[in-house]
Amino acid sequence: MASSVKAVERENYVGERKNFRALFKRSYLAIPYGLFLALFVVFPLFLIVYYAFTDKNGGFTFNNFVTFFSSSTYISNLFISIGIACVTTAACLLIAYPVAYILSRFKSARSYIFVLLFIAPMWINFVLRAYALREILNLLGLLGKANFLNTVIGMVYDFLPFMILPIYTTLIKMDKSLEEASADLGGNGAVTFFKVTLPLSVPGIISGAMMVFLPSMSCYVITDTFGNSKVPLIGKLIESMFGTNANWNMGSALAIIMLLIMFITMLLTGGFKGEKETTRGNAL
Amino acid sequence: MEEKNIAKEAENIIELVDLTRVFEDGMVAVDKVNLKVKKGEFVTFLGPSGCGKTTTLRMIAGFDKPTSGKILLNGQDISGLPPYKRPVNTVFQRYALFPHLNVADNVAFGLKLKKIKVTYERGDGSRFTKIEKLSKTEIAEKVNKALKIVDLEGFEKRSVSTLSGGQQQRVAIARAIVNEPQILLLDEPLGALDLKMRKDMQLELKEMHKKLGITFIYVTHDQEEALTMSDTIVVMKDGEIQQEGTPLDIYNEPANSFVADFIGDSNIFSGTMTGKLKVRFLNKTFECVDDFAKNEKIDVVVRPEDVFLMDEGKGQVDGKIVSSIFKGVHYEMVCKIGKTEVVVQDTKERKVGDKVSIYIRPEDIHIMAKEFTANKYEGYITKKNTVVFGDGEFACDVTQLYPGSFLDEEGYLITAEGEKLDLTDVDVEVEVGLKDIDLNDVDTLDEEGGAVGNIVSIIYKGDHYQVIVRTDENEEDYVCDTEYTWNENDRVSVSIKPEAIKLKLKEEVKR
Repeated sequence: MASSVKAVERENYVGERKNFRALFKRSYLAIPYGLFLALFVVFPLFLIVYYAFTDKNGGFTFNNFVTFFSSSTYISNLFISIGIACVTTAACLLIAYPVAYILSRFKSARSYIFVLLFIAPMWINFVLRAYALREILNLLGLLGKANFLNTVIGMVYDFLPFMILPIYTTLIKMDKSLEEASADLGGNGAVTFFKVTLPLSVPGIISGAMMVFLPSMSCYVITDTFGNSKVPLIGKLIESMFGTNANWNMGSALAIIMLLIMFITMLLTGGFKGEKETTRGNAL
Repeated sequence: MEEKNIAKEAENIIELVDLTRVFEDGMVAVDKVNLKVKKGEFVTFLGPSGCGKTTTLRMIAGFDKPTSGKILLNGQDISGLPPYKRPVNTVFQRYALFPHLNVADNVAFGLKLKKIKVTYERGDGSRFTKIEKLSKTEIAEKVNKALKIVDLEGFEKRSVSTLSGGQQQRVAIARAIVNEPQILLLDEPLGALDLKMRKDMQLELKEMHKKLGITFIYVTHDQEEALTMSDTIVVMKDGEIQQEGTPLDIYNEPANSFVADFIGDSNIFSGTMTGKLKVRFLNKTFECVDDFAKNEKIDVVVRPEDVFLMDEGKGQVDGKIVSSIFKGVHYEMVCKIGKTEVVVQDTKERKVGDKVSIYIRPEDIHIMAKEFTANKYEGYITKKNTVVFGDGEFACDVTQLYPGSFLDEEGYLITAEGEKLDLTDVDVEVEVGLKDIDLNDVDTLDEEGGAVGNIVSIIYKGDHYQVIVRTDENEEDYVCDTEYTWNENDRVSVSIKPEAIKLKLKEEVKR
């Protein structure tokens, strides 16, 4: 028989969280990522270091590095790589800055369509793009003749969006009243640009330059496609060490040298504190 | 030396002539504003957000171009000049300090761009002039002086991002005044500071204005700030100037109910003049000092601090306290008189529920002209789809409440979407034009509806009479324009054609 039941006391129930917490800490969520890093980043790095400092028989040696620094071919390859990366970065910056500036000035709400158009090539298959550009260069009669120029053109074409995007982002995030303040204090268009807009967009320029400079140093596919494989880039060299030359030890040493160069570049340009710089710029 | 003719000291440093700004989307932000600002004056544009005060300021600074009209600076039109050619400087709402420069470089920004004409004298007495930039020592001196004025000595090398809001504010002011502008524009400069800091800065700004002697044009939505600092307040609304005057004038003699409501707290009643210096509101006739035509419909403004509370029966009107809040110096109480609430401020507390009486001195009753274009009432819909308002019941067209709707046989309203609504007891706002009211002798009152009252006023308006009929029960007024002659105290019935009664829902009808 059902007798009438009446609640005599009611209070909020918050659940037994404590026990659950003891069983499962939030930091456990990091385990898969830790494993991933260990397996695919730390372990391979150790492998590279191992190969770089050993000879074919597995004995410890500095020979790989000695060979590199005593060979004029290797050294010139390195400088060519750095040179091409510098030229590519400069060309990208010269093209990207005006584009980003103009895009950031669009008042229309549809300006993002133009931004998308500039980024869209990133979504198209690289091989397709590369071969299309190759045909154009062929038509112009450049292919096979101006290998360095072709390589730079190919790299600029490929990396341009990476330069536009960070600069555009910094420019649209910039407080417009800063430019008004400059005009208010007597600065005409040029003064305002060089004293306010440009200095404040430096964080964008740096991160853009990083995103272009570093990959263009090591990218060998582009030289293969446009430079007739005639432009000896360090990336190409590494590829041949692991491929045709089957000299993993030398290849690893080259990779470590590249790694150090990139690390130094990052340090010099303040790439590591790039994030901090941007936030400071927007703090006001 | 002859170049140095004494420039005509124009009394008005800035003059706005029919200044208009229409935004791209068609919104009129500033609508034919005319204003004269005297040299050395502290002028404040005051108004709610979107009233056009900031747009006006931006047009003076040069960031916004007027759609039409002129901005005269010392008598010369500057509306075509870019901002960097105008002798005005701005303190921005969010300071707009350059984050990549330190305090001294921020302040020196304008000075470094400044060019001056220097005349030299050669040994033989001949002269030549050269355009030069300011020297480094000159710049450093001026920067130091400016930082001293804003009390920030020793902060030269600090990065602006390490400064507090108040300090950034001071840098922004120093950066503007260091250029010795003819006019300093301030766009809600204290908006981001906390209350205490704001109060201190108000006084400091006022002090600075005295010391520098330049014209300040200040924009704010804070009426207290405007009253504290300004020589002249310009109250704006919807892109138009509502009133221009000293803080005292604006507070004591607001030009219309908007200004009264915006400046300080106020009670605004709608009333009628019942005789010479006599006004009727709160269902009672009060003595007043403003002279308006008899029977004119007006707005009455009474400041809460001007309402005195007395014991029941001892004042002019009796009421009941319905709320009482302690506000620090005084109590803010609401006294309900009939259906109307009166806000009262007094240092003596009255408890909720206390029966009291209010007293208002004649000089504290501010009367403002009201443009009377239509009779407005509050009413409700009956079961028979008629509307009751102004002590009468009238036939009307309820389908106007929902476009495309119609009534079915049972009297329910069917909307265009096919929904069925019962409008019984729905509250509506009723509007009836002055020409849409017909008056008849009372004995011909048809039984369909209408209202009955006495004629209390007849004013001849050239080609017609404006007649006011007042009902007995709630003393509701019908103001009507008629060509027929009536006599005062005639008892008449009011009828209105159903299609002339405009209805508006007060809130959505429950489905």
